[in-house]
Amino acid sequence: MAKVELKHIKKVYDNKVTAIADANVVIEDKEFAVLVGPSGCGKSTMLRMIAGLEEISGGDLLIDGERVNDLSPKDRDIAMVFQNYALYPHMTVFDNMAFGLKLRKFPKDEIKKRVEHAAGILGLTDFLHRRPKAMSGGQRQRVAIGRAIVRQPKVFLFDEPLSNLDAKLRVQMRMEIKQLHKKLDATMIYVTHDQIEAMTMGNKIVVLKDGDVQQVDKPMTLYNDPANHFVGSFIGSPAMNFLKGNIEKSDRLYFKSDSISFSIPENIEEQVSTLAGKAVTLGFRPESIYDHDYEDRAQLTEKNAITIDVTEPVGAETFVYFTAGETELCMRSSSGLIYENNQEINIGFDVSRLYFFDPESGKRLV
Amino acid sequence: MKQIKLSKIFFWLLLAVMTVIYLGPFLFSVSISFNAEGDVFSWPIKLLPEKWTLNNYKEAWEGLPFSTWLRNSAIITAVQTICNVFFASLAGFAFARLDFPGKNIIFSIFMASLMVPGIILLVPKFIILNEFGMINTYGGLIVPGLVSVVNIFLMKQFFETVPKDLEEAALIDGCSYFRIYWQIFLPVSKPALAAVAIYTFQGAWNEFMWPVIVSTTSDMFTLPVGMSFLKNEFSVNWPILMSGTIMISLPTLVIFLVFQRYFVEGVASSGLKE
Repeated sequence: MAKVELKHIKKVYDNKVTAIADANVVIEDKEFAVLVGPSGCGKSTMLRMIAGLEEISGGDLLIDGERVNDLSPKDRDIAMVFQNYALYPHMTVFDNMAFGLKLRKFPKDEIKKRVEHAAGILGLTDFLHRRPKAMSGGQRQRVAIGRAIVRQPKVFLFDEPLSNLDAKLRVQMRMEIKQLHKKLDATMIYVTHDQIEAMTMGNKIVVLKDGDVQQVDKPMTLYNDPANHFVGSFIGSPAMNFLKGNIEKSDRLYFKSDSISFSIPENIEEQVSTLAGKAVTLGFRPESIYDHDYEDRAQLTEKNAITIDVTEPVGAETFVYFTAGETELCMRSSSGLIYENNQEINIGFDVSRLYFFDPESGKRLV
Repeated sequence: MKQIKLSKIFFWLLLAVMTVIYLGPFLFSVSISFNAEGDVFSWPIKLLPEKWTLNNYKEAWEGLPFSTWLRNSAIITAVQTICNVFFASLAGFAFARLDFPGKNIIFSIFMASLMVPGIILLVPKFIILNEFGMINTYGGLIVPGLVSVVNIFLMKQFFETVPKDLEEAALIDGCSYFRIYWQIFLPVSKPALAAVAIYTFQGAWNEFMWPVIVSTTSDMFTLPVGMSFLKNEFSVNWPILMSGTIMISLPTLVIFLVFQRYFVEGVASSGLKE
């Protein structure tokens, strides 16, 4: 059982730079939590504070209900996997994995049993007597994971463990770590800047920006229900489209921008009515745009004519880029229709998938 | 193509000249050491002895208290080398990896002390050691050379290149800072440690000035000091001096051959992403 709680956690560096302002996150037992955000958002700092490698400037860090702020890393019962593997170059794979157990004075046969078990899980059995130098990047990262497994810690911490691997290996290791989580049934906290890694691996995602927690949710909730402009733009690839405009009220409510306008659908009219006369940023995913001439769905907005700039067929779907006013937008078409550059088409938006953000604060309004 | 060849020829020529400059006198002294005394001054100069003899070596070993001086040199050099490697790496680790108040100031003072010429310190050092009654003792010979700022600096610079991840991984594994130093940093720092060991060994083994000042009786002489007494005001016994010198230089040569691969090996950071 290991529940990790961050209560009003703060990190201020000596030179008065605030890395993390006031973080409140609860990671439940056996959860796979991913801290994600652009570089410099404080995600690694947060992980390192949980590990005890970074001092906590304020607030409480609880593991299993016990305040561990002042405990040294070795007493927190955590294990960490580093981006650069951080294997001891002068030790064999076996010794690398056994080192932590030896320091904790485990009996020899217990150490052997645990190391061999972990090596079995990670497919390292044949490499136990090699030095890290004689291994590939993927194998080294497995050793680093093995070093964490043998300790059987309360919490596993991963600090961008896959970013040094090539693309193919990364996808493979991603699955392996996920399966490992299932097998070990342990609490894991994983830091990455890659939103795809976050979406595919975590069952809870913590989105960070500039040291502030933006949203904590399940992956699909983040995708479908972003709390603000940043989360909307950060999660999903291609990114969410944003369009600046106004909500205007005449006979009914309208969204109007310099190029695209439509009437606000009835189902959200009541919520949007509070925004009447205000400037908003409209957000919509590429897959919420449809070719109006071919998709005659009830929930589409009125037609808007646009001219295609560029198309990117990627196989199962085609990304269609066009400019509305000064904003570049992207439409994801999986209809199998073939589009040409400079072609004029009529588009409509899926009314159930529109997000309205405050253009100033970025907060989600509707 | 031709230009490359020309530069190559120049390069080899330069190497050859340098080799002759360095190796020539050494080989000549080897030659002299096998010569009978009278033959040294014969004219024209003979580069090779007419009659090879081992007498000079025998005389140097038996006629002089060579074994006593060898023992003194060995003790002093061994203690100073071991202590320098230990203390310099320990201090270097502290300066490179630990945070303690006054760290930068202390290190600056250390560095500043390098600007004081060593020769100025001979008299104060002598006076201090005299107060402690350490003149003409092993203590007096050894203690001033137990630690050197240059070595501390060398080790600090090297330890700073060891990735922080290694230290943090060890912390999480449950290491104390001393254990990190002992079990992680020392083993990955063999090249730097070898450098410190070789420099210190060479320096201590060849040191002349300090031992000649501190040792007052022949039984406390080191090899270089003892050898110098073969030269007196009016005559020099060249063959014996040279055979002694050759014997003195052998250990340095052996040590260098043993440790040089650590120089070449470079940083052993292969557990990390290059």
